[in-house]
Amino acid sequence: MKKFWGFVVKEFYHIFRDKRTMLVLFGMPLIMMLLFGFVITNEIKDAKIAVLDLSYDPTTRNITNKIASSGYFQIQEVLTSDKDIESIFKKGFVKEVIVFEGKFEEKLYKTGKANIQLITDASDANQAKLIAEYTSGIIRAYNNELNSAYTMPYKIETESRMFYNPETKGVYMFVPGIMAMILMLVSALMTSISIVREKEMGTMEVLLVSPLRPIQIILGKVMPYVFLSFINAVFIIILSLTVFNLPVQGSILLLLAECLLFIVLALSLGILISASTDNQQVAMLLSMVALMLPTMLLSGFIYPVENMPVILQVLCQMMPPKWFIEIVKGIMLKGVGLDMLWFETLILLGMTILLLSISARKFKKRLE
Amino acid sequence: MSQERIIEVENLVKKFGNFVANDHLTFHVNKGEIFGFLGANGAGKTTAIRILCGLSAPTSGKVSVAGFDAYKQTEKIKRNIGYMSQKFSLYEDLTPFENIQFYGGIYGMSAKVIKERSEKLFKRLEFEEFKNKLIKEIPLGWRQKLAFSVAVFHQPKIVFLDEPTGGVDPITRRQFWDLIYQAANDGITVFVTTHYMDEAEYCNRASIMVDGRIADLDTPLNLIKKYNTTSMDEVFYLLARNMNKQ
Amino acid sequence: MRTIGYIIRKEFIQIFRNRSMLPIIFVMPVIQLIILANAATLDLKRIDMVVVDEDMSQSSRSLVSKFNGSPFYKIEAAFLSVKEAEAAMHKGKAGVILHIPQDFERDLLKENKAKIQLMVDAINGMAAGLINAYSSAIIADFNKEVISDLVTIPIPDGLNKSINTIPYYWYNPQLSYKNFMVPGILGVLITMIGMFLACMNLVREKEIGTIEQINVTPIHKFHFIAGKLIPFWILALAELAFGLAVGKLLFNIPFLGNIPLLFGFAALYLLVILGFGLFISTFADTQQQAMFIAWFIAMVFIMMSGLFTSVENMPDWAQILNKINPIAYFMRVIRMIILKGSGIKDIINEVVILSGYFVVIINLAIWRYKKTT
Repeated sequence: MKKFWGFVVKEFYHIFRDKRTMLVLFGMPLIMMLLFGFVITNEIKDAKIAVLDLSYDPTTRNITNKIASSGYFQIQEVLTSDKDIESIFKKGFVKEVIVFEGKFEEKLYKTGKANIQLITDASDANQAKLIAEYTSGIIRAYNNELNSAYTMPYKIETESRMFYNPETKGVYMFVPGIMAMILMLVSALMTSISIVREKEMGTMEVLLVSPLRPIQIILGKVMPYVFLSFINAVFIIILSLTVFNLPVQGSILLLLAECLLFIVLALSLGILISASTDNQQVAMLLSMVALMLPTMLLSGFIYPVENMPVILQVLCQMMPPKWFIEIVKGIMLKGVGLDMLWFETLILLGMTILLLSISARKFKKRLE
Repeated sequence: MSQERIIEVENLVKKFGNFVANDHLTFHVNKGEIFGFLGANGAGKTTAIRILCGLSAPTSGKVSVAGFDAYKQTEKIKRNIGYMSQKFSLYEDLTPFENIQFYGGIYGMSAKVIKERSEKLFKRLEFEEFKNKLIKEIPLGWRQKLAFSVAVFHQPKIVFLDEPTGGVDPITRRQFWDLIYQAANDGITVFVTTHYMDEAEYCNRASIMVDGRIADLDTPLNLIKKYNTTSMDEVFYLLARNMNKQ
Repeated sequence: MRTIGYIIRKEFIQIFRNRSMLPIIFVMPVIQLIILANAATLDLKRIDMVVVDEDMSQSSRSLVSKFNGSPFYKIEAAFLSVKEAEAAMHKGKAGVILHIPQDFERDLLKENKAKIQLMVDAINGMAAGLINAYSSAIIADFNKEVISDLVTIPIPDGLNKSINTIPYYWYNPQLSYKNFMVPGILGVLITMIGMFLACMNLVREKEIGTIEQINVTPIHKFHFIAGKLIPFWILALAELAFGLAVGKLLFNIPFLGNIPLLFGFAALYLLVILGFGLFISTFADTQQQAMFIAWFIAMVFIMMSGLFTSVENMPDWAQILNKINPIAYFMRVIRMIILKGSGIKDIINEVVILSGYFVVIINLAIWRYKKTT
């Protein structure tokens, strides 16, 4: 046992002496949080638009002013001909051209109907849809104002309440995802590479002839990363509490315990990868494909699972981060306890046991 | 033998922080000789050899290799030398020929010359059976011989060998030294570090380094006589002990 | 010049000899494209709604059936109390709760005014906004029907003006998100492959010690860097061609632009990215370090590049930061060329900026790479 702890301490030194890695290790969660908290947003803000007003009467000017002062849009250019639309889109900055038909006001007051074309650059489909929706919303509001003289009877008032995230901030969605990603990265990627490194450099053989048992060697390599990952998890939680004012509604102890469970799961994945290759670059690429991609895309981190095609939804159920993210959301944002999350926890536990036994067997075979 | 000096070192000092790895080294190497640079592990041999090869800049002192200054003309030095490092330096996932082709190419040799010379080399080394194998599949002794052949492939004026026979069996070591003699016969000056003292006896002249300093330098025969011993091994032992006493 | 050729040949032999590497390099794009292009959608396809109908009137039932008629809503109506419904939301089983209070019908008919509650799980703020908007629109629709059923007097003329907005979605009338994502993913792919492999390759030579043997040769620093850059440049361009073919075959992405222009721009961009990778490699001693640093930088650059979300929506400081983000330029241009058929004059700015970038970064890499210690 004493030999084992000596080995663990040596591994610790290895990692902590490497200042560059440590910097990235702790800089990463910070920067990721800032990025997702402030930068990655789907809200429309100062989207650049152009106006082609074929009528130019008081009503069209009013509408243009309403749109310009909404804060969502910034009128970049005023066009004079529909021939300009194509070229302005090709330059790639203007996202929407608003076209008022000729004699707009006259038509509106005489026939009660007038048309506005909203031409959007839909190469970014999501963005185009949002922009078109926002614009029509502003126009609809203006329209209602025009008709305000007449009030409707039998009115149904809808009161909406936003649960868990009253201000609908984007960061609520991202924090659990970032946590999953960082823990995955530190635990799985770093361990797999550090074990494969020993193999590549031939130092693994030296360790294997030492009196340490193979299981102890792997444990020793893995321990520092458990510790580091855990610190990182705590760091992320503190960041979300302080910088983003995110609540931890539920039990913080439970949250930390679940983090630990997920870390062990990620580590067993890392060990599995390291058992399958002797080349660091292969280990890295494998980790990228097999770990990072699913963590980012098949976990509900950025894209909600329920919108995906059924096959991918099934695939998502097999991804550990998906369950972890559910758990973190539950504890941090919804304030629920193990009584609601026992199923997710059991799945993580089952996955861990499965992965550990597979990699243990694989390692034994390769090492003997 | 002509006494043209191909390496001249005067008061070479190399410090890493407070640690003095090379403490006022002064020696020269004559053209065409096999110069043994002996010493225990950590005596400062590798540090000195790296300076001579232009891999590392000296702290102070005068160093010239093949007529070029080790401070400013490192790239010119590199054109005239070959180097075989302590660390195994061939690409394990390439075949012997691919390794030769790569290094030969870097020295600007033409494809034709590389091909001709490597064929001759393989024949001379009786290397045919390994020709198309990857380096990692070839036994260590053969790899070392190949690494040496790569280091002299571009026919440099001087070849630096840093512990070339580490971990090699006695028979292969013997064969390895045959290769060194052959290179010397072709007019290549050989600068070799080793801690096998029996190998020192193969050198024309040998210096013995202890704790960053050159304790003595002469032909092996003279050294053995001077210290009244029977082998270089005893000479080295004596010098190392004396140094430690001081 | 000949020296560079020898280095390139050696790198290619090593790349092709590594049995496990090549499949990854070329299988990765297919997997990524298939998964990403399908997974990366923000379109709501299914909304789990829980209904708490305390009124149980005809009106309330017809409102619920209105929701039932929409293909988006999957309705669970077995909940009797708001408390139960909230528990379902806690468990993640409900995206939105529709609460119709008692006396809904009576209030509507007698008081001319009735209240309904929508409770939305807003952890995903974006989706919550959409769910709220859709649900409110359905309720408003229902309201209109109620009114037209009950009110028989026509609305006085001139009081009802209606401005019609007609949206046109250019370049992508079906609003297929895949068209947007596939070029973006391709951009990420070639960036990662190029930057990582170039970066780790150089560090690998350091780690196994062969760099020493190279440093002792008279090789020119520029030749060495060029020899390390070009193989991965070719590899990444091949990857791009491969990925484009996959995108075309699997997703039938429209390709409006000029292919040589696209490859020309990608070639320039890759020089910058590979230069970056080599520059990073001069800071690392082990592949683990190199990978970690490269991953970190790539991550930040990719996130900020507008891969998922539009750059224009980012705060000003982020947009300023994006001026030094090569990936942001590439994301913009690859989409412009593929989806809109933009020509050289539309992207000339980006070409100039990236060219300047390349000169700077490659010189930095050469300067940082030291043959002596």
